[in-house]
Amino acid sequence: MTTIEIDHTSRWFGNVVAVNDVSMTVGPGVTGLLGPNGAGKSTLINMMGGFLAPSTGKVTLDGRQIWRNEAVYKEIGIVPEREAMYDFLTGKEFVVANAELQGLGGAEAQRALATVQMEYAQDRKISTYSKGMRQRVKMASALVHEPSVLLLDEPFNGMDPRQRMQLMELLRRMGHEGRTVLFSSHILEEVEQLASHIEVIVAGRHAASGDFRKIRRLMTDRPHRYLVRSSDDRALAAALIADPSTAGIEVDVTEKALRVQAVDFARFTELLPKVAREQGIRLLTVSPSDESLESVFSYLVAA
Amino acid sequence: MYDPTVARLTYRALLGRRRAAILFVLPALLLVIAAAVRMFAGADDQIAANVLGGFAIATMVPLIGVIAGTGAIGPEIDDGSIVYLLAKPVKRPTIIFTKLIVAIAVTMVFSALPTLLAGLILNGNGQQIAVAYTIAALVASIAYSALFLLLGTVSRHAVVLGLVYALVWEALFGSLVEGARTLSVQQWALAVAQKVAGGDAVTSEVGLPLATVLLVAVTAAATWYAGQKLRTLKLAGEE
Repeated sequence: MTTIEIDHTSRWFGNVVAVNDVSMTVGPGVTGLLGPNGAGKSTLINMMGGFLAPSTGKVTLDGRQIWRNEAVYKEIGIVPEREAMYDFLTGKEFVVANAELQGLGGAEAQRALATVQMEYAQDRKISTYSKGMRQRVKMASALVHEPSVLLLDEPFNGMDPRQRMQLMELLRRMGHEGRTVLFSSHILEEVEQLASHIEVIVAGRHAASGDFRKIRRLMTDRPHRYLVRSSDDRALAAALIADPSTAGIEVDVTEKALRVQAVDFARFTELLPKVAREQGIRLLTVSPSDESLESVFSYLVAA
Repeated sequence: MYDPTVARLTYRALLGRRRAAILFVLPALLLVIAAAVRMFAGADDQIAANVLGGFAIATMVPLIGVIAGTGAIGPEIDDGSIVYLLAKPVKRPTIIFTKLIVAIAVTMVFSALPTLLAGLILNGNGQQIAVAYTIAALVASIAYSALFLLLGTVSRHAVVLGLVYALVWEALFGSLVEGARTLSVQQWALAVAQKVAGGDAVTSEVGLPLATVLLVAVTAAATWYAGQKLRTLKLAGEE
């Protein structure tokens, strides 16, 4: 069980504050670090990976300071965002070199290559690899020493859907094994599909923490928008607007649907099926129309 | 202190880049010049000393030193791939020391060896001239490598700064301003060569004791400082 603890940590570059008084604990399982581009995710990951000193505060691995402490790399595996690798090596040579630097050898390298399913291309030069292949070899280099902590900066960038699924599966498995897996992303779907726990960073601040739906529901004072289709839209609209949980309804003629704005999330989710049943109306579609990361971000930024 | 994996990666990075072509071009140029001079002027001790001192030691050795010293670490820092070395439980001074050994080896092979061959071509090592300048090249290789490795660690403009030092400071100021010669790796190396070769085939502006102290001090200080800088290296290209 390995835990990364970030304690009242800030990091600034000149006059620019990249990370602003963030405290969080990253424990076993898969954690998603979510935030728009430029929010400070990479800065945070770089501090967790020991490549950047916190300006104030502490970043520790099971109580041990990470900055300027190369011993932590026995337990940490890092998958950087940047493309640059030793392109003149073959995939196998690269992973073997990474294994040797961990005090290991060819057997461990071969196992890591098998884990990411790159054995078929291991003897090709890295310079000939696609982006997804590079990502997998980077992954193998981070896995050779079976680290208890895995840090990945935007690991899904540039991957095709199949590679994305494979990597998600691998990370999920590592989380189940009790490893501490943290990945950053600015794409909601990735984080939702993979992470059991989410930390949201917006403009350098720690905006929210927890399960995504929980985070979403915590914002009850924020209007929620739904797209609803039913067997009788106008009757449903009349019944919904009578309740204070609904702030507004628009009949969208072109979409043949209702656009409902709810102000009391919990009450509305109970009201809607109840009203439909009482009125004998069939609900055909109920979908949140703004459950996108952008809308959550814009809400968090405004708050 | 020495990590064979770091060394292997450094050798391949150094010799695999396009920049490495200069490592082959300069020594080839020296050998061509030596052969041409020998053919047209015959074996002449003074001419041999002029060619070896003027081109090999004053120009070729520092240039090879710049390529090998900065190239041993600079490109890795520039493109960020050094993260794969840094994210390992390997002591930072070990990485620097290993890269220094590689840079020294490459500089020696590509500068001292051609210097010896050129000396043999020019006058068959008459008056120990070939050996003396080879020793100067060997000694200079160590100090240049350490100096330029440090430059490669601390600056993104290491090659330019290295060239300015090698060509402007050592070659230009060194020949114009008396004092500049005291602070010149080239003169320190020549002082050692003068002592080893004996005679007056090789001369230096700096006395042997001072030259030795400065050579050792610069090499040790540069290596130590590069190790410290690597411990706190901020990887570039972040948000």
